[in-house]
Amino acid sequence: MSDTQVYYLAFLVKLLVVFTLAVGLVPILVYAERRVSALMQFRWGPNRVGPFGLLQPFADMVKLLCKEDLVPERASKVLFTIAPALTCIPPFLVMSFIPVAPSFALAGREMKGVVVDSPVGILLLLALSSLTVYGLAIGGWASNSKYSLLGGLRSSAQMISYELAMGISVLAVLCVSGTLNLSEIIYRQTQFFGYDAQSGNWAGWNIFAQPLAFVIFLVAAFAETNRLPFDLPEAESELVGGYHTEYSSMKFSLFFMGEYIGMVGISSVLVVLFLGGWHFPGMNSLGVQPGTLPFTLLGLLVFLAKIGVLLFFFIHVRWTLPRFRYDQLMRIGWKVLLPLALLNVLVTGAVVAGS
Amino acid sequence: MLMFAFQQTSAVADHVPLLPYLLIVLGLVAALLTLPLLLGRKTKNAVKSASYECGVAPKGSARQRFSVHFYLVAVLFILFDIEAVFLFPWALNIQGLGLAGFVEAVVFVAVLGLGLGYAWRKGVLDWQ
Repeated sequence: MSDTQVYYLAFLVKLLVVFTLAVGLVPILVYAERRVSALMQFRWGPNRVGPFGLLQPFADMVKLLCKEDLVPERASKVLFTIAPALTCIPPFLVMSFIPVAPSFALAGREMKGVVVDSPVGILLLLALSSLTVYGLAIGGWASNSKYSLLGGLRSSAQMISYELAMGISVLAVLCVSGTLNLSEIIYRQTQFFGYDAQSGNWAGWNIFAQPLAFVIFLVAAFAETNRLPFDLPEAESELVGGYHTEYSSMKFSLFFMGEYIGMVGISSVLVVLFLGGWHFPGMNSLGVQPGTLPFTLLGLLVFLAKIGVLLFFFIHVRWTLPRFRYDQLMRIGWKVLLPLALLNVLVTGAVVAGS
Repeated sequence: MLMFAFQQTSAVADHVPLLPYLLIVLGLVAALLTLPLLLGRKTKNAVKSASYECGVAPKGSARQRFSVHFYLVAVLFILFDIEAVFLFPWALNIQGLGLAGFVEAVVFVAVLGLGLGYAWRKGVLDWQ
């Protein structure tokens, strides 16, 4: 094989690895969610299908595939069908912009640890994460059911409110890192804590330079993925199922896939922006040569470990905190997070511009 | 720095790998949407295909009026989102712009802050 063929083959492998990562984490998360919630409530959780119930998500998937695909009589048929796809596709695409590993040399070229190395990565991530709103709003409206409509409206209002705080908290990170490219942002966080010896710029993890932005982004991340304590769009005790009340079979589970991949995506963004990406302290003294395949795999493992911790946090919070009331939710978003985020940007700007 | 990056590589070429990825994703979603049509049962009756209202027969259409608050929130969102978009170039070049750039950003944010304060006083941000 020529060098070019090797390169493209490796690219295909990388594409499939990222795709498998996005799809494969869904059953793992579903299983983890059910087992952790069971643990926290002194129950067993799924433990019958396969060893430790590990095959439960696959059994569920087969069951959902074989269910009847019901479309309500009065629903708008076309919109009803494309809404689940609209919620599910953007989180998938988010994963293609995430640099999950450092790059390595292959066949005389640089193989990057990211599918799409965009120079405006952050803007695309913010745009994609707001596209999810369309799926929920359209799904809620097209069902022609009162609960669905309310759920769809609530979720769109909630998501756009928290997206503001999220976008503005990212601004503060940009003041520190000075680039929109996600790989570049990771390369600027080489140390755990400290300044770059030559340029004098911050070179530690951004969470230490921007703790407030991290907290704002984290809270907004919960709201963006419709997770408790912000799961008002689908508040079971008030709205039956919210925007997916009328959905059945695989359409229903596409909404869930979208939510879970969205969690993976937003955790990855948190890791990239604030937690140093695939860096960890002492990584360079392990004796693995940077720029080689083993180093890339090591970086991938570190990245997975970090999003694993964040995903566990997501699940833990869901089974710990009660749900907010809708007026409280809007108050936190507009009257607390938004002014705090703006203030944070200005203070960061003053410090960076003054130095 | 950013302009330099744009000149060095074509912005379009950077995004080409998205295409095969998008095709894989679309393929998966299409498969998941069509498989239940082949595998699932198909029985229909009037009660089953009525919209769900907790077991009671559905009354009226769901296409009714809803709170104007949702519109206000949407309008405010557009305002502040555009503000954030305008601030992105400033945040990227902050080290080159220095104090003058910072003061301009403060004035810009303050004007929009006034807007937020007005909406706040008018009760747009309060629900019931």
